[in-house]
Amino acid sequence: MKVKKISAPLRDEDVMQLKAGDNVLISGVIYTGRDAAHKKIFDLVQSGEPLPVDFAGQMIYYVGPSPAKPSEIIGSAGPTTSGRMDAYTPMLLELGLKVCIGKGSRSQAVRDALVKHKAVYLASTGGAAALLAKTVKRADLVAYSELGPEAVYRLEVEDFPATVVNDVYGKDLYEEGRKKYEITNLKEVD
Amino acid sequence: MRKVDVADIAVAIAELSMDANYNLGEDVLKSLNEALKAEVSPVGKNILVQLIDNARIARDNQVPICQDTGYAVIFVELGQDVHLVGGDLYEAINQGVRKGYGEGYLRKSIVADPINRINTKDNTPAVIHIDIVPGDKVKLIMAPKGGGSENMSAVKMLTPSDGAKGVIDFIVNAVSDAGSNPCPPIVVGVGIGGTLEKAALLAKKALLRELGQSNKDSFYSAMEKEILEKVNNLGVGPQGFGGRATALAVHIETYPAHIASMPVAVNINCHAARHKERII
Ligand code: SF4
Repeated sequence: MKVKKISAPLRDEDVMQLKAGDNVLISGVIYTGRDAAHKKIFDLVQSGEPLPVDFAGQMIYYVGPSPAKPSEIIGSAGPTTSGRMDAYTPMLLELGLKVCIGKGSRSQAVRDALVKHKAVYLASTGGAAALLAKTVKRADLVAYSELGPEAVYRLEVEDFPATVVNDVYGKDLYEEGRKKYEITNLKEVD
Repeated sequence: MRKVDVADIAVAIAELSMDANYNLGEDVLKSLNEALKAEVSPVGKNILVQLIDNARIARDNQVPICQDTGYAVIFVELGQDVHLVGGDLYEAINQGVRKGYGEGYLRKSIVADPINRINTKDNTPAVIHIDIVPGDKVKLIMAPKGGGSENMSAVKMLTPSDGAKGVIDFIVNAVSDAGSNPCPPIVVGVGIGGTLEKAALLAKKALLRELGQSNKDSFYSAMEKEILEKVNNLGVGPQGFGGRATALAVHIETYPAHIASMPVAVNINCHAARHKERII
């Protein structure tokens, strides 16, 4: 199986190489953010105030890790359900965000915005949290420490595995994968 | 009367909280390995390999399998010849959860009020179910339950005329609607019969059964097999990316029903199907 390697910052050309169903390995910088951080960033944009991070060309990972043991860089860190971020995602894509990473399907509005702004949605494996944490080589707090596990961190990762769900061509792996392997009474596949 | 100090129960609950979150059951691992052998989708295979690796890393490093270390759901089978001493049983169980989630670096995911949502910061209170049973032992089962899969659960008051087909369709539809959200491959717990709350509790208890064991009644074991085949034919597959392994198992538990009703509850668990028990 082909595996594509990607790192931020990403340009339109880089993102256009990624197709729904591709396995990717991410190295370099990823920012974390989930419900509460999205809300705060959304409010800053609304009121025209400066943001804690320049999202242009960057990747964001929807995660709220378990607490790190003293010997660890980060606690277990698998994806959370992306749908809760749907309301805020088009705004971040407008700011130039190129990749978002979570689990579960996105709204049509997000899928349209991904096509429009040439960005992709990846899923990392829900529940593979110990494995994903091992790819994190460094974690620095960037903003909103008061949010605890929901604070925004700048992670440096090495070979963080993910799968392309929504690409810039409007494809959706959840829909296509399911259709491909569905067995009805009339048709048998594989 | 045999005396049992609730302080010992608190210690046991703390240890079980960590054990359940770090060490995936052998039955689940075996089932994931079997699913890997049977999987036809390359993307699905890749996911199953990750999940098996993940369980090994969690066990070796004694860290949580998943960052969502769950709602602490505790089942107590309390022998009727036991005399509990040393304080309040419920408080002792919550004390155990507090200790286990604190010292075990487990995530605190409980808010004190469902609408006003302020985190209790120690993962209490637990959801506690107590059954009185014969004997002089106390059996504790700790089953941390993740939010992603719990949210995909469903309950419906079917009518008796819906029959077996109605039950099967309801369960298969619940799994189909859940899609990728409960982190498939999943375990499907089903409760049929009793009242609304009885069916829901049976569905939860069905998740505690060891994978690979079927219902003792041949009618229901056949139904479990049929539903498993149907949900795996949906094509949802590991993580919803398409493939065979949508569910590892379907477990049905039943109870007598009222002449007018046929409640059915479906409780979905993710591949992180966690539970550990101890007898004191
Ligand atoms: S559904 Fe299970 S595996 Fe998925 S994030 Fe929740 S607890 Fe973890």
